[in-house]
Amino acid sequence: MATGTAVEALPPPLKESGQREVFCGLTSIVWLHRRMPDAFFLVVGSRTCAHLIQSAAGVMIFAEPRFGTAILGERDLAGLADANEELDRLVAQLLARRPEIRTLFLVGSCPSEVIKLDLAKAAERLNRQHTGRVTVLNYSGSGIETTFTQGEDGALQALIPLMPRSEQSQLLIVGTLADAVEDRLVSLFHRLGIERVASLPPRRSTELPAVGPGTQLLLAQPFLSGTARALLDRGATLIRAPYPFGVEGSRAWMAAAAAAFGVPPAQVAEVLDPLVERGRRALAPHRDTLAGKRLFLMPDSQLEIPLARFLSRECGMDLVEVGTPYLDRQLMAEELALLPAGTQLSEGQHVDNQLARLRAARPDLVVCGLGLANPLEAEGMATKWSIELVFSPIHGIDQAADLAELFARPLRRRAALAFV
Amino acid sequence: ADAVQRFQPEALLVGESCTAELIQDQPGALAAGMDLGGIPMVSLELPAYSKKENWGAAETFYQLVRGLLKPQLPAPGSPRPDPSRWRAEGRRPRVNLLGPSLLGFRCRDDVREIRQLLDGYGIDVAVVAPLGARPADLLRIPAADANLNLYPELAGTVCSWLERQFGMATVNTVPIGIGATVAFLRELHGVLDLPLPADLEAEGHSRLPWYSRSVDSTYLTGKRVFIFGDASHAIAAARIASRELGFAVVGLGSYSREQARELRAAAKELGLEALITDDYLAVEAAMAEAAPELVLGTQMERHSAKRLGIPCAVISTPLHVQDVPARYAPQMGFEGANVIFDTWVHPLMMGLEEHLIGMFRHDFEFVDGHRSHLGDGPPAAAPEPMAVAPAAAGGGLSWSTDGEAELAKIPFFVRGKVRRNTERYARERGLELIDSEALYEAKAHFSR
Ligand code: SF4
Repeated sequence: MATGTAVEALPPPLKESGQREVFCGLTSIVWLHRRMPDAFFLVVGSRTCAHLIQSAAGVMIFAEPRFGTAILGERDLAGLADANEELDRLVAQLLARRPEIRTLFLVGSCPSEVIKLDLAKAAERLNRQHTGRVTVLNYSGSGIETTFTQGEDGALQALIPLMPRSEQSQLLIVGTLADAVEDRLVSLFHRLGIERVASLPPRRSTELPAVGPGTQLLLAQPFLSGTARALLDRGATLIRAPYPFGVEGSRAWMAAAAAAFGVPPAQVAEVLDPLVERGRRALAPHRDTLAGKRLFLMPDSQLEIPLARFLSRECGMDLVEVGTPYLDRQLMAEELALLPAGTQLSEGQHVDNQLARLRAARPDLVVCGLGLANPLEAEGMATKWSIELVFSPIHGIDQAADLAELFARPLRRRAALAFV
Repeated sequence: ADAVQRFQPEALLVGESCTAELIQDQPGALAAGMDLGGIPMVSLELPAYSKKENWGAAETFYQLVRGLLKPQLPAPGSPRPDPSRWRAEGRRPRVNLLGPSLLGFRCRDDVREIRQLLDGYGIDVAVVAPLGARPADLLRIPAADANLNLYPELAGTVCSWLERQFGMATVNTVPIGIGATVAFLRELHGVLDLPLPADLEAEGHSRLPWYSRSVDSTYLTGKRVFIFGDASHAIAAARIASRELGFAVVGLGSYSREQARELRAAAKELGLEALITDDYLAVEAAMAEAAPELVLGTQMERHSAKRLGIPCAVISTPLHVQDVPARYAPQMGFEGANVIFDTWVHPLMMGLEEHLIGMFRHDFEFVDGHRSHLGDGPPAAAPEPMAVAPAAAGGGLSWSTDGEAELAKIPFFVRGKVRRNTERYARERGLELIDSEALYEAKAHFSR
């Protein structure tokens, strides 16, 4: 593998605050409800929060709802006692209608945080009321505290106290993966000789993996700072690696796990190198589309830095600016070391200033949220909307070409469309 | 004679059905010998055993127009009328809309759309025929400056006869789709010697271009589509699909033998071999072979697509009652493009659902092949699109259990194609057993 840049070679990141154009953590429900179909997500918030979830996931028509909002009314604002009673009544109603729900997440929002409605206490109370039937947990997805994927970090942290303890040696992959990708990675780890591999979150909310001193933690997603720390507190050890995006990142990620389990490098090479060779071959046509193109990433999911690394090193793109909503230097250290020298990072957002920089730079491709994508297209700039990246199977060596395709596609589409 | 007496028509058509054709009563000759009160009579020669509906309609229309216009035929050698004579005569240019008919695809609204469009450019409509025209109207055809051959299947013969005999100019572009509508307006303005409007290519006329450019449509890029219908609609659809919606056209065909040449040319441009057939089984087999993600066809293709578990939209006759909608639903012109965008995209799984089903396959409600925006339950039978071609893995090829398992993880709408590609790859490499590694190898090999 090529050696990376020293982190010192990066200019200091722009730290900005101001107007932000990002999702709140509630949106994590849109994918978490599919990963764990036996869970229900009850947002305690306002009509605004209900609108958000319904607009995001409502294009799918549900026979049985998987999420809902307990909307705080005027009476609730006047007296918190009322709010708690209301919540108990609503939950009882919900559980009567949906007896198959095993885990109920009470999801905090801006309004519930601001009026200091104690959802942790409410969860405890409801747990007592419905013992044996359902586990009630809580986390916050409020816009004040969380940005987009940080909602998953909150949800996973809520699950950690329920994880059984075990000393057994195992590899724990943390972060939502597509089913097929998960199966694939697990089977590759088996081939490397790592027998016990578990995932968090599991496919069923009740089938939580164990954790303890024998657990080696491998983060599949970069936005899990809180979860990682909570698992370390329970005795797990963190495997330091770049994230499994692209051929290079995925190989390094798997190799780091293999090293942690004492797998000899020769065996790693034997298993992974054919995949690497094949992955590069599949990547080649997309590289042709992407090489030399200038890329600007707006902050959204914290996937920006690993993706920028992949797109510059493996697809030949030039990085104009790499924005991230939040930069955890420790968990991002391996990624930062691989970025090309001089890469301009920005943390946080002042959207108007950022748009001014964007317009001045006129990049070939902008990675941004849906609020900006169409307006920027109308200004003649090609965009790749970033939310798709948390809904697509993009992890692992075998998916490197699919990941590149997500960025090449808007460019190919623009070239393909002609109306006269 | 009864019919003439009771209905007192302006003209009479006399013809035979298939059975009557066998008996050979020569009703046309009989009618010619009867006293019909002096109304024109057209005797139709329609070989029911070798020709079909569209030919019959085209022939009837042609014979009728020819019969009625015979007295007006200009003397041989007289100069062609100048299509820009409207200027000298101090009036707006006027054109005939030829081809729209009952039982045609969306003719009612196409006529209204084209009328409106022309009116916007200061062009009048003289005669619309056959839809809504009386024999007396047909007599006014030569008074127009040009003929618009809107439905070549039906009006092609008449238009070329009018061009030969009366020297009338014809506009042959069928205005279905943005590009075609713009080309149609260009051709028309050229023929009538009108200055080209400055805003002709501005995209503001229709919402399709922006809808198609907007990021919600990115996932449409390269979706594999199979097109079949009458030649005019199939050719128009192929152009819209490939250039205006960003689909990959993987099959193009028509039952219109009369327009086979045009269709072949259109297919060739897309790197395809045109399928000219009226055998629905051949169409279904070609559809299965191409393993598309969307079928644009007639109501027959709806059946095949349903059988194969593929989303489908209707673009051409034959049609059923639901394709004669109460609402305004043209295919032509700029509004037609709006209708087309909605109709073609609707049957596809929506972006978010497509993603989530691709990600998480263990859901109890959102299972493989489910399209919840259509309100359907989970598909009853497994819509394994390749069920019709069980022998596909023949030639000593077989799938291992882990190969099958890996295949099952491919999103269902592309699974058929992946299966085919993998088998092709295995055959080329001389593999006998297809396992998961072979599938990944093939995927990397065919990565587009
Ligand atoms: S949690 Fe806050 S940011 Fe999110 S929808 Fe509710 S009010 Fe808006």
